[in-house]
Amino acid sequence: MTAPLLDARALVVRFGGVTALDGLDLSVHTGETVGLIGPNGSGKTTFFNALTGFVRVAGGRAQLAGADITGLEPRRIAAFGIARTFQRLRLLLDLSVFDNLMLGQHLTLDHGPWSSLFARGRFAAAVRGQADVARTLLAAFSPGLPARLFEPARALTMIDRRRVEICRALIREPALLLLDEPSAGMTPDETAELMTDLLAVKAQRPALTVVIIEHDMGVIERVSDRCVVLDYGRKLAEGSYAEVAADPVVRRAYLGED
Amino acid sequence: MIAPVWPALVALLVSTAGVLGLLLAEQQWAVIAIVIAAGVAMLMATRMGWDDRIRRSGGTHARTVSGVAVALVIGMTFVLREHNFALLMLCTVLLTIVAGLGLTIQFGHAGVVNFAGAAFFGIGAYAAAVLANKTALPHPLVILAGGACAALIGSVLVLPLLRTRGHYAALITIAFGILFKTFLEVNDALGGPQGLKVPGFVLFGHAFNDPIAIDDETEWSFYLAYAGLSLVIAAAAYVLVRRLERSWIGLAFDAVRLDETAAAAFGVNVAAWKIAAFSIGNFLIGLAGAAYAMMTGFVAPTSFTFGDSLILVSIVILGGLGNALGLVPAALIVVLLPEKLQVIQEYRFLLFALLVIVILLVRPGGLLPRPMRDYSAGESR
Repeated sequence: MTAPLLDARALVVRFGGVTALDGLDLSVHTGETVGLIGPNGSGKTTFFNALTGFVRVAGGRAQLAGADITGLEPRRIAAFGIARTFQRLRLLLDLSVFDNLMLGQHLTLDHGPWSSLFARGRFAAAVRGQADVARTLLAAFSPGLPARLFEPARALTMIDRRRVEICRALIREPALLLLDEPSAGMTPDETAELMTDLLAVKAQRPALTVVIIEHDMGVIERVSDRCVVLDYGRKLAEGSYAEVAADPVVRRAYLGED
Repeated sequence: MIAPVWPALVALLVSTAGVLGLLLAEQQWAVIAIVIAAGVAMLMATRMGWDDRIRRSGGTHARTVSGVAVALVIGMTFVLREHNFALLMLCTVLLTIVAGLGLTIQFGHAGVVNFAGAAFFGIGAYAAAVLANKTALPHPLVILAGGACAALIGSVLVLPLLRTRGHYAALITIAFGILFKTFLEVNDALGGPQGLKVPGFVLFGHAFNDPIAIDDETEWSFYLAYAGLSLVIAAAAYVLVRRLERSWIGLAFDAVRLDETAAAAFGVNVAAWKIAAFSIGNFLIGLAGAAYAMMTGFVAPTSFTFGDSLILVSIVILGGLGNALGLVPAALIVVLLPEKLQVIQEYRFLLFALLVIVILLVRPGGLLPRPMRDYSAGESR
């Protein structure tokens, strides 16, 4: 068996006296889609924040493709090819859809002072090239979106904002995509639509590895190859959706049955 | 459809005429009439949707329109060639715009607060005074050095500014501004409370402080040369700020201002971009200070108070935070009005405070709100 793309070992995160992640082991292989589930406060988002450097890791380590990313700054981790979305959308609402997508491209854009100030022709060409890339990516999610490329993100509906946020994470073709509850704040129909988009994107990029946090079990069943259940910062169960859903420990802790 | 060029040209002509009238007006009623007319014109433009047409025409024909704008300012200085005071006002407005451009990059684009604008202006002014008095450095370099000193001394504030946010960062800059003024007052080498004299600007042997003799009867104001200098600095600073704004650098600044977390998640080096914006901004403010000192021939601590810093901030907010063009009407209002309207001279701080509050309530984006980043200007070339 090949080495996993993401390999987290015994991760510990503490907030004061609370242990949010309590020695979590989790590995994800290239091309896999892993659903991360668990009750509120079980450490799902904290796991994402620990991987992307937004909280201090008190113990354990995380490796991406063999490189140790534990305790690095978020901007350094981004350079390793991890991109994420946020539970509460973090689009730059005052900026255009294009500007938001270009934030996703930040690490590939030319920020040199000389070219920024004087090579205006080259900048215009770069804008045209990036706009084409952006339109193609947006079209994979919704046929109406490319036409709204230069509209402010604020003018979009909730589902389109989610789409743009996912596109922002995808545009640099990351190795690992972390989706933090993409269905939050959307109707079941919208959620179903978004998951169809996601599966289509995944079908085009077999090497894309996804970890998705979801409360909606239907979503997990539909998109994930494997499920990991967290509770109190620990791994409670792991396996296919059917295995996990049938596990009596999971049913007791999460689905509220005894 | 391509926007026609004339709405922007008409707007430019009307505004130039208004400014010229304001500069030349000697009767109080004339000043008041022009101010009221400008206010009405502005309201009408918004109500009738003219502002949008002007903006689109200005965006489409950026080169033509900015060329005409520069030509109009040159024409204006020529009309004023024998009016010392009006030219001094014009230069002050132009250099205030340069300082405002510095704050725009810091505050408007990257979201780095700076309530010590007058202190950085003062650093540039004092640097020019010392360098022009004590060294043989050519004067254009003296002015650039004034900017460089402001940027350099500003780097002292970088560490505390990166560790704080919001109110706390604002307090640090306020403290710095007050410390700077106190330092000047007690430092004998820098002239203490009396300040220093500054030699006039000399370029290729021409002393800017000499009146320009045309023939035996006519003599043009020496401020004409300074108006040229101020215009060159202002135009260069404006182009710099606009080009930065319309580049990937400008986008990085915006991301840092709007959401540091999202920016960092996509690899933006938030600290480095804040330092860049702070330094570029202080450089421009210092540049303006150095040129101003050489024009007025004198620097003293009382010109660089916290109140002056607040005035600079209010110009940036009044004009429309982040919109470089908005600085023009804002600087005109804040610099010219108190000089032309003796009635408000004493109450100017009160009036500016009221004006800023009113603007924030009825037009939160400022007189000319910042439009979304426009890439089409780059694409058309």
